Amino acid sequence: MTGTPVSRSRQPLPEPVATPQTAPYWEMAAAGVLALRRCSSCSAAFHGAVDCCPECGSGATGWFAASGRARLYSYVIVHRGEGGFTERTPYAVAVVELEEGPRMLTGISGIEPTPESLVLDMPLQVAFEKRGGYALPVFAPAEGVQG
Amino acid sequence: MTPVAIVGAAETERLGRVPDASVLELNVEAARRALADCGTSPAEIDGIAGAFDPRQVAHVLGVRPRWIDGTNVGGCSFLLHVRHAVAAIRAGHARTVLVTHGESGRSRVGSPPRPPDPASLPGQFEMPYGARAPFTRFTLPALRYMKTYGLTAEHLASVAVAQRRWAAGEPRALRREPLSVDDVLASPLVAHPFHVPECCLVTDGGGALVVAGGERAAEARAVPVLGAGEALGAPLIAQMPDFTRADVAARAAADAFEEAGLGPGDVDHVMCYDAFAHLPLMGLEAMGFVEPGEAGDLVAAGGTAPGGSLPVNTNGGGLSYTHTGMYGMFAIQEAVRQLRGEAATQVRDAEVSAVLGFGGMFTTASVLVLGWDAGG
Repeated sequence: MTGTPVSRSRQPLPEPVATPQTAPYWEMAAAGVLALRRCSSCSAAFHGAVDCCPECGSGATGWFAASGRARLYSYVIVHRGEGGFTERTPYAVAVVELEEGPRMLTGISGIEPTPESLVLDMPLQVAFEKRGGYALPVFAPAEGVQG
Repeated sequence: MTPVAIVGAAETERLGRVPDASVLELNVEAARRALADCGTSPAEIDGIAGAFDPRQVAHVLGVRPRWIDGTNVGGCSFLLHVRHAVAAIRAGHARTVLVTHGESGRSRVGSPPRPPDPASLPGQFEMPYGARAPFTRFTLPALRYMKTYGLTAEHLASVAVAQRRWAAGEPRALRREPLSVDDVLASPLVAHPFHVPECCLVTDGGGALVVAGGERAAEARAVPVLGAGEALGAPLIAQMPDFTRADVAARAAADAFEEAGLGPGDVDHVMCYDAFAHLPLMGLEAMGFVEPGEAGDLVAAGGTAPGGSLPVNTNGGGLSYTHTGMYGMFAIQEAVRQLRGEAATQVRDAEVSAVLGFGGMFTTASVLVLGWDAGG
């Protein structure tokens, strides 16, 4: 039938799927909280999917709310996106070091993805990007975040 | 210890674009050529290893193994296979082991699909951020390394330039045209700070090795395995302990050199896994050839290029020779050619070669020290 608009098939961006052990992480993210685990035996804080302390092997760990403050540890600016990310290029893939110590891979929001804007060690604050039924923790420049 | 050696080695006849061969066919072709290289029949093979599917490869070849290693930890898997084969031969579990690689990285013929698993660790904590392809993850430590040591964009580009100079002398290299630092920096970005020539090729091809001990290890073209190591780190790149140091490579190299009773100063030739241009820098430092932060100056000054003091990636590497996806097999192949005196870019008097492979970004590393200990 003529006149039917040709739909450009947009590939969806990938969503995570929680496991029983990571469900609290994603539930807390949906509530606007970045979650970390802390070992009740040795007090190590870690960004981990499984209830097992990477420092001492203890299975007695619990979730706690991280401050959400971090510094920019390293990044790349992707110019050749895959799938749904093709339309996002250029975009930053970053690794941030959280105030509590652990590092995590994340995205950057609220700032141009350029080498000039993204300065290593700049202070960042967690923000959340809706992705399907999930809220993804991403990071924005700390001064740009309203309390 | 009983000497064990790589007695046979060969690559597929064609590298690059091989759209008429499946992954299985590439493995089998490489195997048949490696067997022919050392005059060995499939009936003599009693051990099989490979990262694709050694069951299929063995069956097609008519090999009936009593020792099997299907380790797949990424691009360095074949270095681990060699190490495991050496141990198996010394233990009497096998006499003659065939290690094969074939990958249709470009044409994707008969390639097992790799659907993303959104509940896996990468599926939850990397892929939602557009971090899946190696150029979005393997590359992540570079900017932190550059800031820490003052490595410049020109330093990084000089890795690609040095290797292209080797590739110019290697007829089988896919990229042989001259390349300058300015050319690299004027090329399109794949993922800042990496330009196209600083990222590996994506090709089809394969290679295979025959590993044996006893009298065979003393054959004229046999290349003894003097030492080997393997190490495992964090599966998620963000949890790599130190972005300025490839700790897995350092650990694997320490074990390999200790077993060989040698050190970096005894090495004449190096193969250093180079899916991206920062890897030879971090690899040379981790293996102890230079102090942390010094590799960039060495490479920029031509120290690893033809005529330099430390020949590195003499086939052109993954950046210019070939990169099927799991490059480690080709690094071993070039080390064997150099030590046999059969390389296109032959390094004079090469007696000891160190080969480093990475797998799954910086998750796994393995090091082989090959050749002859002049003191022993």
